Amino acid sequence: MTTKTYRQALHDTLRAEMLRDDSVFLMGEEIGVFEGSYKITAGLLKEFGEKRVRDTPIAEEGFAGVAIGAAMLGLRPVVEMMTINFSMLALDQIVNHAAKIYGMFGGQASVPLVIRTPGGGGQQLGATHSQNIELFYAFVPGMKVVAPSTPADAKALLLAAIRDNDPVLFLENLALYNTKGEVPDEDVPAEIGRAAITRPGRDLTLIGYSRMAHVAAEVAADLAEAEGLDIEVIDLRSLRPLDRGTVIESVKRTHAAVILEDDWLTYGIGAEVAASISDGAFDSLDAPVRRVAMAEVPLPYSKPLETAALPSREDAITAIRQTLRAVGRRTIPAGVTQP
Amino acid sequence: MPSQARQQRPTEPSKPTKPTKPTTPTQPIKQTEPADRDDQLRAFYRDMVLVRRFEERAARAYTEALIGGYCHLNLGEEAAVVGLMSALKPTDYLFTNYREHGYAIMRGIDPSRVMAELYGRVDGVSKGWGGSMHMFDVSHRLLGGYGIVGGQLPIATGAALAIDYRGGDEIVMCTLGDGTTAIGAFHESLNIAALWNLPIVYVIVNNGLGMGMTVAKSSAEPNLYKRGAAYRMESARVDGMDPLAVYEAAEKAIAVARGGRPYLLEVVTERLKGHSVVDPAKYRSAEEVERLKSEDPVQHLAEKLLANGVFDEPGLAKVEEEVAAVVTNAAAYAAKSPHPEVGTLFDYTYATAVPNDSRRLPGEPLFEPEPYPATPETAAPVTGASA
Repeated sequence: MTTKTYRQALHDTLRAEMLRDDSVFLMGEEIGVFEGSYKITAGLLKEFGEKRVRDTPIAEEGFAGVAIGAAMLGLRPVVEMMTINFSMLALDQIVNHAAKIYGMFGGQASVPLVIRTPGGGGQQLGATHSQNIELFYAFVPGMKVVAPSTPADAKALLLAAIRDNDPVLFLENLALYNTKGEVPDEDVPAEIGRAAITRPGRDLTLIGYSRMAHVAAEVAADLAEAEGLDIEVIDLRSLRPLDRGTVIESVKRTHAAVILEDDWLTYGIGAEVAASISDGAFDSLDAPVRRVAMAEVPLPYSKPLETAALPSREDAITAIRQTLRAVGRRTIPAGVTQP
Repeated sequence: MPSQARQQRPTEPSKPTKPTKPTTPTQPIKQTEPADRDDQLRAFYRDMVLVRRFEERAARAYTEALIGGYCHLNLGEEAAVVGLMSALKPTDYLFTNYREHGYAIMRGIDPSRVMAELYGRVDGVSKGWGGSMHMFDVSHRLLGGYGIVGGQLPIATGAALAIDYRGGDEIVMCTLGDGTTAIGAFHESLNIAALWNLPIVYVIVNNGLGMGMTVAKSSAEPNLYKRGAAYRMESARVDGMDPLAVYEAAEKAIAVARGGRPYLLEVVTERLKGHSVVDPAKYRSAEEVERLKSEDPVQHLAEKLLANGVFDEPGLAKVEEEVAAVVTNAAAYAAKSPHPEVGTLFDYTYATAVPNDSRRLPGEPLFEPEPYPATPETAAPVTGASA
């Protein structure tokens, strides 16, 4: 184990995979000479050269498609979209092509492509640079979408994404790049399509992904310490396929669920998770499934407005308290241990 | 041979962009002996007749509801299709659009398997998953068949990148329609190909119309081959009704690509019928309809070959007879091939299997509801209970 940042884990994994496999190469805007907007690819151009670290023109649709074609011929391109907002310029290539080619041509060619891209707000970047539109890709059969929340998962899921033969949208988050954690030294890919119970508990199931899985873990730890609450935390990790089973089995044990998400509530990822709980654990629920999501506005630049619009730890704690109250279970004051 | 109207459609006479460069489309890069040339013309003619009769058979099958979806035919583009495909090596790659039946056949794919794909059957080139617009065959290096206008452009460019990455000597040919030159991906792809010196030939098959939109109304530079200049890409225009001219222009373009530079070739041709089988093309003027009657490349070549003594009437009849057998056989094969089994519906969502991949049919629940605890009262059937 080595302690490193989420950013460093991504960088080191990219480098290790490029050393392991000649067919892995990187493409994107400003990833080479400039070393990446968020410096994930720092030093890689110098080490691997222009053939394998390719600075592209500002042409998202173009280089996404170029990566698809290269992948069809057996290379393993890892594309960096500077932010997920810009990936919408490549929507035709990703949705109409990357996700379709394997099925539409009867399984004759696969597209082993990774698109790395950060989402998230909170940096005062304004409405067009702060979105969480991973849902667009998670909606589409043929795509795989993963969303690591820790440095260890950043490594394990990136290994899995690069070695997978399908197009994978790899969701990063601006607020996570500097977070630190223990990262295994050995290369063990995660299994795409599996959620993780990152904290077992009996009182309530708290579900998140990406930044909000990080928030969920913090909130659960704080409430355990302060109030003796025993909250189970699930990090979805994979948005397509979605691991409904892990969520439902958890809710069958805890009888209550709160979902934390950075995207918009209406039609969001949380809506799908809540519907799945209704499908699979209807009889087990003691309270309505609660969702904590971003306010439904184009995110403002103004700091107080931006802060108000984004889901916070306090929003999560309020939702947890209200849900437990609806269950009929009182939250226990600090210092009192549960019987 | 080409009519005045088609010659005049471009606003300037055909000429290469860089007159000082070695060859023009009218100067073949390899000398062909007359006997070889005659054989080649006979082969071209046979292939053009095959494309023509295949497409006519497809149109018939469509009206008989044996083919579904959209169905775009190569009628009028036979010389372009045959000339272009004849210039490719078997190891080269082809990416094309949704008007591609003829290209698939000319890549060497059995016409029966192309027809079976139109019928949506398991023996189709794409196993019935693609249909008319999405033909694909790895072994013949036809990498699609793309239904979204211009979707193939960045992808083909990426295939050329993969060739270059590995130091291979194959090239990519990427065909597109005239209307496609208006999309952003056209610019993005040509720019990247030229920046990175990729081995690709972009071929604009200019049949003069999008669906009903003319080139003059959709492109501010109607001399489409001139777009190459924006990328310092060598480009040329050729008469797409003459298979030999197309073949020679394609050979030249391919040689440039094999040398590591992209090339833009504009092939000026005609679409004799509507945009798709169901389009009566009412937007065409009476004069235009009249003009098209004398714009049949198959007919023109037949007349030329008869005049030159390359074919006699019985020779032409024999070609028709052979082709008719192939096409009839293709339709019979397609009709006999089974539909895909419903049980195969989830076979091609992912190449790498992963847990929790949904395999739910529309009427199936995500989870079986847990039965209400069975008691003597609730165990009784809800409906049809008798006293």
